Amino acid sequence: MNAAMPSGVTEIVAASLGRLGRNPEYLLQHLIAVQHHCSYVPDAAVEVLADALDVTRTQIRAAVRFYAFLHETPRGAFDILLSDNITDRMLGNQRLLGLLCERLGVAPGVPRPDGRVTVGLTSCTGMCDQGPALLVNGLAVTRLDPARIDRIADLVERGLALPQWPGDFFRVEDNIRRPGLLLSNPTTDASGLSATLAKGSDAALAELDRSGLRGRGGAGFTTALKWRLCRETKAEQRFVVCNADEGEPGTFKDRVLLNSYADLVFEGMTICARVIGARQGFLYLRGEYLYLREHLESVLARRRLDRLLGRDILGAPGFDFDIEVHLGAGAYICGEESALIESLEGKRGVTRKRPPFPVTSGYQGLPTVVNNVETFLAAARIVQWGGQWLRNQGTDRSPGSKILSISGDCRSPGIYEYPFGTPLHQVLRDCGAEQTQAVQISGAAGATLVPGEFDRVIAFEDLPTAGSFMIFDESRDMLDMVRNFTAFFAHESCGFCTPCRVGCALLRNLVEKVAAGQGSIHDLNELHHIGAVMRQASYCGLGQTAPNPILNTLDKFPEVWHRRLRSVAYTPSFDLDGALAEGRALTGRGDAQAHLEEQP
Amino acid sequence: MTEAGRFQMDGREIAFTPGQTIMDAALAAGAYIPHLCHNPQFAPHGSCRVCVVGVHGRHVSACTTPAADGLQVDNAGAEVQGLRQAILQMLFVEGNHVCPGCEKSGACQLQAVAYWVGMLTPRFPHFFPKRALDASHPDFVIDFNRCILCELCVRASRDVDGKRVFAISGRGLDSHLVIDSRSGKLGDSRFAATDRAAHVCPVGAILPKNRAYAAPIGQRLYDREPISQVGDVAAHDGGS
Repeated sequence: MNAAMPSGVTEIVAASLGRLGRNPEYLLQHLIAVQHHCSYVPDAAVEVLADALDVTRTQIRAAVRFYAFLHETPRGAFDILLSDNITDRMLGNQRLLGLLCERLGVAPGVPRPDGRVTVGLTSCTGMCDQGPALLVNGLAVTRLDPARIDRIADLVERGLALPQWPGDFFRVEDNIRRPGLLLSNPTTDASGLSATLAKGSDAALAELDRSGLRGRGGAGFTTALKWRLCRETKAEQRFVVCNADEGEPGTFKDRVLLNSYADLVFEGMTICARVIGARQGFLYLRGEYLYLREHLESVLARRRLDRLLGRDILGAPGFDFDIEVHLGAGAYICGEESALIESLEGKRGVTRKRPPFPVTSGYQGLPTVVNNVETFLAAARIVQWGGQWLRNQGTDRSPGSKILSISGDCRSPGIYEYPFGTPLHQVLRDCGAEQTQAVQISGAAGATLVPGEFDRVIAFEDLPTAGSFMIFDESRDMLDMVRNFTAFFAHESCGFCTPCRVGCALLRNLVEKVAAGQGSIHDLNELHHIGAVMRQASYCGLGQTAPNPILNTLDKFPEVWHRRLRSVAYTPSFDLDGALAEGRALTGRGDAQAHLEEQP
Repeated sequence: MTEAGRFQMDGREIAFTPGQTIMDAALAAGAYIPHLCHNPQFAPHGSCRVCVVGVHGRHVSACTTPAADGLQVDNAGAEVQGLRQAILQMLFVEGNHVCPGCEKSGACQLQAVAYWVGMLTPRFPHFFPKRALDASHPDFVIDFNRCILCELCVRASRDVDGKRVFAISGRGLDSHLVIDSRSGKLGDSRFAATDRAAHVCPVGAILPKNRAYAAPIGQRLYDREPISQVGDVAAHDGGS
């Protein structure tokens, strides 16, 4: 299927240019199209795109090197990436990776010489409730086990195109275990949007204000204030962006919202457009959710037919608004709103200097509202049912509910919606978690909580969370979690600022040193030191929070660190005796005297 | 321009005009805040983090933080200097900076700032990256081993020279400077010795050919006075 020869590259680029136009903002979307057809981005495509979009070939190559799903050299016709979140590891993905590589005769990350297949690892693909999971040519395959791996190897060897693979492989369940305020009703008759038109934007904003809704992406900024700031910024044009780059390890609730509640999400975006005066909206969909694109496009198409999008929406003259789905390409940092906007503009997803914030200077330097999927969904309901409806649940400072993505060691992983103020022990009981050692809340950079803290509650004022909730029972080694998350951050740091770019790599190497039994107290002190520097001096939240899993476990699980220390004194990061091997070879010495004494 | 207010930095009062950052106001007042990616002729960048200062218990980059009336700015405290030392140590172990053999030594902003903040050792394990040297251009050589990713050449080429010769590629520790030409070599690019981009590098990454070691030890840019007195390399047009 991905057999396009370099001679076809020009046609593929031409088709993409025909479909999307020659705006440089669409560079990333063109590159994704080329990657999909060719399994890499050939030089010929770079040259054509540089000409057509008036960007430098360097900018294009820089983007290719930035996004994990774009490649400079050919991948296999089947490009297989196993999700490598800690929850995948707990479900045995490493063994499955080994099995698959063995069956196919490949080494991880290296294309097979016949060009048939590549097998590698990727950051969390958002299938933690039905993992281990993988992506094959960008499409999610869930519930892997040795039998399924066997069949996949077989299908690859036979060269069967993906549409002919068993549909069951690609089945993604919603797994909604506990619906609440938002999840109990997926249908809408557009009454929120109608109410906005009937009662006016001020009334809609007033309801949003009354509800006290705070952004569900984690930071918790007041939604009404965000919309008002954007609306009040003088500009020719404004934009609405839905952040569906759900990249936080262990989060998958947006996947479910986009699958089964898309109308409400788009309705929330359309209401926002009406309130702030935007004509264009974007839904930035993480590349891992490629399988959702067709569905989202069809919902958008239906909404256009129903006059819920397009010109004169619901017959209101001059109310023009439409939404485009833009794909990401494997970059966690793009979940940060300013990096997301850079990515929407076709560039590397590097965070912007703030201020100015996107509400005054966002997409193309124009005022832009960026909200999480769940926030738009809640906004649509608030405008429909009134601000008090949200206030009826939750706490004073955290009105409403929070949708949690629960995975790890529990009987029923999946989606749970709770009123803010719910204690952890109730969540753990409901999902069937037993002998819980720790809960990692709000993702890789979140808080590590131990049983003594299970009375604490989900709320902005206590435990704020974007929704990731990973459970570790007593059989787990918490250092495995630390290793996984620390490697994740080293892979995902955008590289813009010094403390994060270098610090993440230093931390990863030190953690691996300790895990290998080569560490000393000195290394633990260095982890503290580097972590503190990153927290205080990094440019954006990624670098400021990347040391959290290390610092949290040094504090709460010191024994998992200390039991691995080789000595209490300093140990160098290289093998002193090993470093003399070349000298021994050159001098022909192999005797005991040519070796250092046993190190302390 | 009219004064917009005043802030305190290490006990000294510094006036600022509307729109100035802490860095702008401090430099205008002759107060030194160490920096590498900042050059007053270009828009603030905020990537190197060397200009980190303490402001009311938080740490911010002076080059990107707007000055505000009544701020208390800590530019010399032990904690701030400690952060800067660590950031410089990170830069030193990230690349291959061999001061004793480098023709930029003595006139290098990285080295001078490191002295100024009291950095004595690299502290962290070296990464020893394998990076090539590009000597394809007749007038200039690029030694990627010494690049600190300040993006001054990127900005100068794009914003002043109108050429977009340089860009940053990759991500994380793989971030690296790239050159816009078919071969990726400087000699095949539109780069010229007269470009602004040729004269903004704070370290020994972009260097003119045939001018190495011209100044004897003792007469180099930072040999006699610290960088807080001498100022940036770029202000001396390369200083080499």
